[in-house]
Amino acid sequence: MKHFAALFAALDETNKTNEKVNAIKAYFLTVNDSDKMHMLALFTGRKPRRHINSTLVKNWAIELANIPVWLFEESYQVVGDLAETISLLLPINTKSSDKSLTEWIAEINHLNKLDETERKIWLTESWASLSRQECFVFNKLLTSSFRVGVSQNLVVKALAEISKLDAATLTHRIMGNWDPEVYTFEQLMEEQGALDDLSRPYPFFLAYPIQETSERQKSPEEMQTALGNADEWQAEWKWDGIRAQIIHRKGEIFIWSRGEDLATDKFPELHPFIQALPDGTVLDGELLTFKDELPLPFSLLQTRIGRKNLTKKILEENPVAFIAYDCLEFAGEDIRSKTQTERRVILEQLQRDTSFSTIFRVSPIINFNSWEELAEIRKQSREMVSEGIMLKRKNATYQVGRKRGDWWKWKIDPLSVDAVMIYAQKGHGRRADLYTDYTFAVWDGDRLVPFAKAYSGLTDQEIGKVDSFVKRNTLEKFGPVRTVKPELVFEIGFEGINKSSRHKSGIALRFPRILRWRHDKKMEEADTLESLKSLL
Amino acid sequence: MAKQLLQFTDNGIFCAEGNFYIDPWKPVDDAVLTHAHADHARTGSKRYLAHDLSREILKYRLGADISLQTIPYGETVYKNGVQISLFPAGHIIGSAQIRVEYKGEVWVVSGDYKVEDDGISTPFEPVRCHHFISECTFGMPVYQWKPQQLIFNEINRWWEKNIEEGKATIIAGYSLGKAQRILCNLDLSLGTVFTHGVIENTNDALRRNGIDLPKTVRITPEIPKEEIKKGIVLLPPSAVGSNWMRKLAPFEFGFCSGWMNVRGAKKRRAADRGFVLSDHADWDGLISAIDATGCESVYLTHGYTATFSRYLREIGFDAHEVHTLYGDDEDSSIPEGEKSLIPNPSPEEKGEKAETHNEKTGVKEASLPERQALSPGEDLGEA
Repeated sequence: MKHFAALFAALDETNKTNEKVNAIKAYFLTVNDSDKMHMLALFTGRKPRRHINSTLVKNWAIELANIPVWLFEESYQVVGDLAETISLLLPINTKSSDKSLTEWIAEINHLNKLDETERKIWLTESWASLSRQECFVFNKLLTSSFRVGVSQNLVVKALAEISKLDAATLTHRIMGNWDPEVYTFEQLMEEQGALDDLSRPYPFFLAYPIQETSERQKSPEEMQTALGNADEWQAEWKWDGIRAQIIHRKGEIFIWSRGEDLATDKFPELHPFIQALPDGTVLDGELLTFKDELPLPFSLLQTRIGRKNLTKKILEENPVAFIAYDCLEFAGEDIRSKTQTERRVILEQLQRDTSFSTIFRVSPIINFNSWEELAEIRKQSREMVSEGIMLKRKNATYQVGRKRGDWWKWKIDPLSVDAVMIYAQKGHGRRADLYTDYTFAVWDGDRLVPFAKAYSGLTDQEIGKVDSFVKRNTLEKFGPVRTVKPELVFEIGFEGINKSSRHKSGIALRFPRILRWRHDKKMEEADTLESLKSLL
Repeated sequence: MAKQLLQFTDNGIFCAEGNFYIDPWKPVDDAVLTHAHADHARTGSKRYLAHDLSREILKYRLGADISLQTIPYGETVYKNGVQISLFPAGHIIGSAQIRVEYKGEVWVVSGDYKVEDDGISTPFEPVRCHHFISECTFGMPVYQWKPQQLIFNEINRWWEKNIEEGKATIIAGYSLGKAQRILCNLDLSLGTVFTHGVIENTNDALRRNGIDLPKTVRITPEIPKEEIKKGIVLLPPSAVGSNWMRKLAPFEFGFCSGWMNVRGAKKRRAADRGFVLSDHADWDGLISAIDATGCESVYLTHGYTATFSRYLREIGFDAHEVHTLYGDDEDSSIPEGEKSLIPNPSPEEKGEKAETHNEKTGVKEASLPERQALSPGEDLGEA
């Protein structure tokens, strides 16, 4: 745990990529193989299961810190992280634990065999044996809230530098459903890749955005300069659903979402078509709900995602289909190194052979002869219920992660509205103890009606200014929320708008974020609810 | 209800019987100062009273021609029959708690304080009183400090490692107080201590006041970068991110402040290392200090005043929140409009105000233009 806590601190303390990679390498070179795999699991989002209720953890911490509950809550507001709050409130001690990360995780996993009294004793003793930094990391593991501000790419980079394997191979090998208790470091490092895990997906290839703003659109000439001739590119609509990979290997089927969540059970209507694919097939595509040949808005799909039980009604009202983009594995062979065009041929063949053609679709190719023409076509994106256009270089391989060069997304402008900030709340993590989470309102007659919350979009400097505005212009406090004097106007961008019975305003926005601070506008000039509703 | 001996007015803390103010934020006739930080010692008053060890720094900051009387700790001065005496606050060199007594009633104004002996400021001394006016910058239980020796061990180890790796070591802290505290606790066998002009000017003022500070070298363009790499550079927070600092690359940059105790603040600061080192009392320090005064009531001037006063009331103190313009705590940053009421801040004070802002919020320095980092004549050109 010493090394793991030190690694965490080292990563926290530097902003330099190289130093982060060095810290991870140093960790790998110091600890035993089992600790390496546990670290890898944690750093790639494979959290240990929670065996203890975090309310209990909190209550015992309050007891040990000897403070009232409200003071704990206010401390949490200042710190913005439960695990850290507890580590700061417990009495300072100068001890440090010699137990390894593996041993600590084993103890945490053993917790479900203890009764509440035993758990409390174990936790009290554990806390007393850990330094503050160790205690913080331990709490993160315990409450299953482990998140580290290091991308998987950096971990893979470090791993590649200490091994003989390249980053793409390693990225692939740490995907899917593996357990650090079973998957060994030796297996991970084997020279001949053992693709023994049938469920293992490939890393997704992600498109890079073509940067433009509402005032500054890319001209056909600029597209020509940046991307070359139009005939070197394949264009498709950019669908707004759930990016997914579907796998059929040796009679077993798997559906993976981009967040590396196994979602096979969530989409039963897809199972027959996946089963019917030839053995050894992996497809990349988008899950969407369809009606009359057009996708339905994402919000309808969203209502399905969170459900534990998929009722007959939900399945009937929001039937999901798979729009395939690409074929990554065919006849058991990894075909990612073939060109886009070659893979497309295979994909279309697979689709022609299916008897489930309403559920298994292929994302249609947009025919265009020039960038000018494509720019015109892009204007129809909203009617197509798409977010814009995807561009894929015809002779490109299928790569790993977000890479500049061969895949581009050319999105249409977000919708936007000018709104007044009326509530503010403190943020978490890097934004702890700063007012960074705002609620915005538009005019309904002479009243301001809240309609959206947004957290992102301002620079650190702007956040500093808004924070000091909030502190000086608080009208009322409701727990952590402050009512702020309505004055500041922001342009809020969003991807979609829907009717909502749960919101006072009667509307709900999809992915609202702050586009910019409108210093030039007075609050009277903010938009009206009526104008927002006209977008419905 | 009879008028309180000390009142909170628009000008600052006021003693009507003695007709003087303590740390006023507007110009007055008679100002008694707790210490020389810019949010407590402002320009424009006719007469000042402060501690002996604040003499040179006050003249440097407020002007050589100010009318200033200084006294040692424990000595009594009378104003209209009101007794005034100073007691060590342990915050920085020359910082004082101000004890005011009239007809047997005793008030103490803490100014800023810390209870740990930092090895350079006269250590904090609790003063018995009826009414205690206290700061509570870190009045949240998540702020508990480790003994400073542990922190300085970390700093010295870090410096040593940077020397091995051939990188310059830059450490940032307030030019008055933190910088000298760091200086006096560094392992000077490791190398030379270099200073930014703002800090060196402050050191000079303190030396003129008879303070025996270890040797420091003001950075000038003539000093080879190779020399600087082997030493450590003391930098005021206002110069963080400036061209002046960038010229020292490659470097490791450490920041010393109590705010570094919380990860979020540390990350915002984007320092390579955040050292938890504060010149303010931590949670336990505040409570023990207040308890030791035996006071009937306590007034909290700046910091987490709402939270801290509520807690104090729950454990049996008669605690009150008061609004002042000290520091820049959660709720009482100096509003823009009121800043203009502070007359003609000296160029030096402007620089320092930036620092005050920094230390207390741990974040906002990023928005300050570089220029404010250096007072006229402080710019070291091509260093």
